[in-house]
Amino acid sequence: MALDGQKTAYKYIGTTPDRPDGLDKVTGRARYGADISMPGMLHGAVLRSPHAHARIVKIDASKALALKGVKAVVTRADFPDGLDGEDWNLQENCMAGEKALYDGHAVAAVAATSPLIARDAVKLIEVDYEVLPHVTDVDAAMKDDAPVIREGAADFSVPEGLHPNVVRYFDSGRGDLDKGFAEADLIIERSYTTEAAHQGYIEPHACLGQMGEDGRGELWVCTQGHWFVRRMSTAVLGIETTNIRVTPSEIGGGFGGKTTVFIEPLSLALSRKTGGKPVKMVMSRNEVLRATGPTASASMDIKMGMTKDGKITAAHGTFRMQGGAFPGAPVDVTTMLAFANYDIENVHHIGYDVITNRPKQAAYRAPGAPMAAFATESTIDELCRELGLDPIDTRLKNAAREGTRATFGPKFGPIGLVETLEAAKTHPNYSAPLGPNQGRGVASGYWMNWGGETSASVAISEDGTVTVSIGTPDIGGSRASMALMAAEAFGIPYEDVRVNISDTGALGVNEPTHGSRATYASGLATIRSAEDCIGKLCKRAADKWGIDPEAVIWEDGCAKPSGPNAGEFPPMSLAEIAGEMGSTGGPISGHFEDSPAGFSGSFGTHVVDVEVDPETGRTTILRYLVVQDAGKAIHPAYVEGQFQGGAAQGIGWALNEEYIYGEDGRLQNPVFLDYRVPVASDLPMIDTVIVEVPNPGHPYGVRGVGETGITPPLPAVANAVREATGKRICNLPLRPSRVLAAIQGKG
Amino acid sequence: MSKQHITATVNGDEVEFLCDTRETLLDCLRDHAGIMGVKEGCGTGDCGACSVTLDGRLVCSCLVLGVEADGAEIGTVEGIAEGEKLHPLQRKFIEHAALQCGICTPGILVAAKNLLEKNPDPTETEIRYWLAGNLCRCTGYDKIVRAVMDAAAEMREAS
Repeated sequence: MALDGQKTAYKYIGTTPDRPDGLDKVTGRARYGADISMPGMLHGAVLRSPHAHARIVKIDASKALALKGVKAVVTRADFPDGLDGEDWNLQENCMAGEKALYDGHAVAAVAATSPLIARDAVKLIEVDYEVLPHVTDVDAAMKDDAPVIREGAADFSVPEGLHPNVVRYFDSGRGDLDKGFAEADLIIERSYTTEAAHQGYIEPHACLGQMGEDGRGELWVCTQGHWFVRRMSTAVLGIETTNIRVTPSEIGGGFGGKTTVFIEPLSLALSRKTGGKPVKMVMSRNEVLRATGPTASASMDIKMGMTKDGKITAAHGTFRMQGGAFPGAPVDVTTMLAFANYDIENVHHIGYDVITNRPKQAAYRAPGAPMAAFATESTIDELCRELGLDPIDTRLKNAAREGTRATFGPKFGPIGLVETLEAAKTHPNYSAPLGPNQGRGVASGYWMNWGGETSASVAISEDGTVTVSIGTPDIGGSRASMALMAAEAFGIPYEDVRVNISDTGALGVNEPTHGSRATYASGLATIRSAEDCIGKLCKRAADKWGIDPEAVIWEDGCAKPSGPNAGEFPPMSLAEIAGEMGSTGGPISGHFEDSPAGFSGSFGTHVVDVEVDPETGRTTILRYLVVQDAGKAIHPAYVEGQFQGGAAQGIGWALNEEYIYGEDGRLQNPVFLDYRVPVASDLPMIDTVIVEVPNPGHPYGVRGVGETGITPPLPAVANAVREATGKRICNLPLRPSRVLAAIQGKG
Repeated sequence: MSKQHITATVNGDEVEFLCDTRETLLDCLRDHAGIMGVKEGCGTGDCGACSVTLDGRLVCSCLVLGVEADGAEIGTVEGIAEGEKLHPLQRKFIEHAALQCGICTPGILVAAKNLLEKNPDPTETEIRYWLAGNLCRCTGYDKIVRAVMDAAAEMREAS
């Protein structure tokens, strides 16, 4: 009766039906974070530090509190002392304590009867700052004379003698580097930098919090993970986790940046202080860019050796990354994945996590991977050029495959890097003719994916439909994927499946929609919950027929006798069993709880053609191809969407996007006009090829696909610009001024 | 500060509200008229999530003051469908998977509808430049542009 083993023939999987939430989203009815209101609601606003680093001497809110309509002001004094570790980091980031640590750091928050009054009140709060020396650059922050952001922030991993701003240290590798480099016919060493990029979700953070004097309450919020919001918000407030019930709204993009909290604990604290009035808080774009987490910036040194025929003999990488004023730059992942595409015997990585006077970094799509890919895939491209080797053939020669011991340790199971390279090689884009000032770039990338805590329920409804309840917010069409997997598991039409994203009161703990885990983990949970239901459905049929439940099978949405020996009974459909379940034993539902560990990584290979204007240095993307392993594409249109979206974000990071800090330590471009994400006229159609090397750890073979796609574009674009201009530019972004300087020999 | 009494037509219906002179049309539509399909992504006219038509002209409602809307005809995403019948653009956006998170979708639909009213047969490049004021961070625009082209083709055939 259970669906043992992996399916290979599908009725619904691989089709592209309309998404269940599509209608709401094209009619303006879908409710996002800022769209939720409550009777008696107040509006919150935040006062933010204009200084990169300053001691907070005194906060005087008396004038703000005297303004008509102002109901409460909170500062750090309203939050408990005694937190440690990441809880303290979160609290300190949500509301500054002794010092403001970056431009945009929250210093106080106000609740008032209208958004305008709240904003006016913020301006009336008087803060005495003692401005301190600051540092925003990763290399500068490691120098002896750099200002110390915080003493004692470093953990046990940091060797003695390093600056206190180095807070974590990583060192890993294997083999014999000297031997490896001695075997090389060519060794190339280069230093690279990438700038901090913001996730750039179009929906600013928004929430509506309500908490009474008893410390119990509710929170409505746009988030990738409401159990994370519950745990983090209550930790910051020093109350029990389950005191707060968190309901996720529709979410207007996240890309990793909505897996943590910023304003959520503030709205709850303000609400409590007003005697339990709901407080809505909505960030401005300026606040999003200044005070929420972009990704880390990186400074990297790479040394790689290759033989004449293209075998990589040794690789060494040093990665210095700053993730703002708190530990957490994803340099651990950067070191893990730097050379993970390849089978390399001699490899060594060193990583430094460095704190600076910038906002606390947050996860951004494949956190840590794109920077490393830029450095290593650019170096490989340079090796191929100097040795006269084809970049795809060379990657094929070195590619990790099933059984390869990864550069970060474990042996790979079935993976699809070779398949993506082969598909890229035969794609027409790889042989399209190029004109003057045009160039082609190739790069591969990897993300290891994630399982994570997962809890789901599936209920049979009396009308013969099934309702799937999951805990991972739908950020890119995953409700359609869940419905497809449930339809497949039950053998019922897609239209007969309803999918809910449940609040924290309705399911056990779920990690966020992060790590490319939702379709893998919530999908697996949906299938397993459906199988749990199917067992119970079969038993109802068996009871009715008076035969052993083991003699009943489930096929095409119906319970059937397993064979002639079981008896002659007409099939009983799900709808028939559901229609009478009230009188045959009551409701039927299935559940699944686990931290599924059968996730498997996704490799991708991108091919991009660019044209560089020699007079302005502007780079135009002519063609773009994404080839990536999806394991099994549940809803191929949304898989393509992930590929295309990842590529577009990577192109933005490669060409235009960067956090620019002034000498004063202030962010110079906290507005979309100047923080320049790609617009429609910047991009061509983005061609996609879905490779399917099934993941044995998922019933239908799913691999997460969300993150890998942002990893290859940085080096692919840089490699294409290298071919178009003859210049290797090792610093992103490749903004026109930088490319022009390189063309003119000034770079 | 005294508020202004504003009367405007939104999606064909008369709407009245009291508006602080500092409030934008975006604020007024959302907070005073309950038109929540208009989204704020930036507040500086860079992202297009708040796109509406003001007397037929495509504008970012975050760059228009509420008081400027007195007597105006405003069109939002809520007015694109005709009763139960979706506009072809709305159908094609769903069909082509032209949205992921969907926050930019209302603004893009308003902008695309405005384009097709002026130019029923736009090229891919014309669509890309017309929509260059509407940021989408999820899709890379590919499926959005295809959906607009497909809707335009269907509308031409039907007319």
